[in-house]
Amino acid sequence: MKQIAVLSGKGGTGKTTLTAAFSVLAKRIVVADCDVDAPDLHMLLHPEIIGKLEFKGSKLAVIDGEKCVKCNLCREKCRFDAITKSFNVDQFSCEGCGVCTIVCPVNAVTLKERVSGFAFISKIRYGFMVHAMLNPGEANSGKLVTLVKKNAKAVAEKENINLILIDGPPGIGCPVIASVAGVNAGLIVVEPTISGMHDLKRILQLLEHFNIQPLICVNMYDVNEGNTEKILSFCKDKGIEVAGKIPFNPKVTEAMVKGKTIIEYSPKSDVANEIMHIWEKISAMLEYKKLNG
Amino acid sequence: MIISVASGKGGTGKTSVAVNMAISIEKVQLLDCDVEEPNAHLLLHPKIINEEPAYMLVPNLNERSCNYCGKCANFCQYNAIFVIHEKILIFPELCHGCGGCILICPKKAIKEGKHKIGMLKRGYKGDLELVYGELEVGKPMATPLIRQVKRLIDKNKNVILDAPPGTSCPMIETVKGSDFCILVTEPTPFGLHDLKITVQVLEDMKIPFGVIVNRAGIGDKKVYDYCNNKGIPILLEIPYERRIAELYSKGVPFSLEMTEYKEKFQKLFNDVKRLANK
Repeated sequence: MKQIAVLSGKGGTGKTTLTAAFSVLAKRIVVADCDVDAPDLHMLLHPEIIGKLEFKGSKLAVIDGEKCVKCNLCREKCRFDAITKSFNVDQFSCEGCGVCTIVCPVNAVTLKERVSGFAFISKIRYGFMVHAMLNPGEANSGKLVTLVKKNAKAVAEKENINLILIDGPPGIGCPVIASVAGVNAGLIVVEPTISGMHDLKRILQLLEHFNIQPLICVNMYDVNEGNTEKILSFCKDKGIEVAGKIPFNPKVTEAMVKGKTIIEYSPKSDVANEIMHIWEKISAMLEYKKLNG
Repeated sequence: MIISVASGKGGTGKTSVAVNMAISIEKVQLLDCDVEEPNAHLLLHPKIINEEPAYMLVPNLNERSCNYCGKCANFCQYNAIFVIHEKILIFPELCHGCGGCILICPKKAIKEGKHKIGMLKRGYKGDLELVYGELEVGKPMATPLIRQVKRLIDKNKNVILDAPPGTSCPMIETVKGSDFCILVTEPTPFGLHDLKITVQVLEDMKIPFGVIVNRAGIGDKKVYDYCNNKGIPILLEIPYERRIAELYSKGVPFSLEMTEYKEKFQKLFNDVKRLANK
């Protein structure tokens, strides 16, 4: 079984647009939306939910007002400033560490598990989709990503599907690290802007750190062709394979508005064409076992 | 006055809005809290006057005093400590730095140690002060570094916080304590979907907010319908223009070249002040 993650560092470069298009081209796939705090892939792939799991990612301190003697010890020892002056727990600051439970002299504080989101297993036209929804404002998205990936593997094994495609979250922190754990390759979608190029270097370092093979594609390359050239020569110097460069086309947004992938909405467009080429390259790499995995 | 700039979806233009507003008004301190991918400095080109490593407090074990009772491992909610037979394993990457293991150890064998998580940088572009954190690649936890960036807030200035994308811990840590939050969105289904999630977070946190529609003209009108129905003020529209995209791609804040926007950002700031009752 192979796993590819679509990543970017910088947000809004086109990860979800590409992942959705690849899902159509792959024909039979398990696709995992690992951007659990702002998942968007379902709006293009229209999953039909067949399984739902509660996700209990973290705990929350609860103070029993009857028992509390307002000694202030919990407030002093809490490193997250999560206990208010009136001895209530600020749920947005509490990290569920439990320090307050051990310093409280009258056992007024307990840790309660909180349901911080849901994980879903769904059918799509092109196989299966595993996804999740972190409740707004909840912590521990990394743990939920790990659960989504576990679901992806289980579905792939059960249904005898040999490819998992992961739509990654932006950034380089815990949900991204959880997304790339154990993948065979990371396709980085980069836009030719100063920020995009800066963030590309950081996500590349992350893949290197975890020994994952990178592949690059430039999205909206014609917004700044000079920068695109810089990216291409940077990749050449570093020996990083470039899978392709996709032009800017308003049809991508039109397709999104219609809830369709660009492959379905405008199969003859320059964008769809280039995405097909990129997918051919990726599939070829997988078939010839060029990937370490 | 502390204003945060956030959005659920990535790449909607948070940094662009934060920087263009910062250079259009006076007495500003801009804090880039997107420590995973800080970009504000790429648009501002500040002169860095101070940079120092940022640390997190993690357990440091004195094995000679330890009797392997396992109370620390049992207490740790983040599985950052393991006790196997006569050996202790500590994983600083998983530690949240709560200090509980130190409190619970009966032998006082654990002291507070330092674990480097990134860099903290401070610089100026003219009078405009920029503070930002840069998370070390491979370190999972952004929030401790965001907390350290925010510790440098200068309340005598007009503080602008540039938040990371998403709606989970790093975004919450950034917007917490702000007087007003500007949500930047684009008028597309993805933009709207992620805007709704972010609105829910801000309503729960009781932070007043308004919306900026960036790349206006693309997509559809549903973001406007949603804002109108919910009574959410639309503070500014920035049209989709190739020129703006090109300037951004070169690292130039567009209001420097399209000077009519300077006034628009000043008006935005005054509107925000009024809406936040400041």
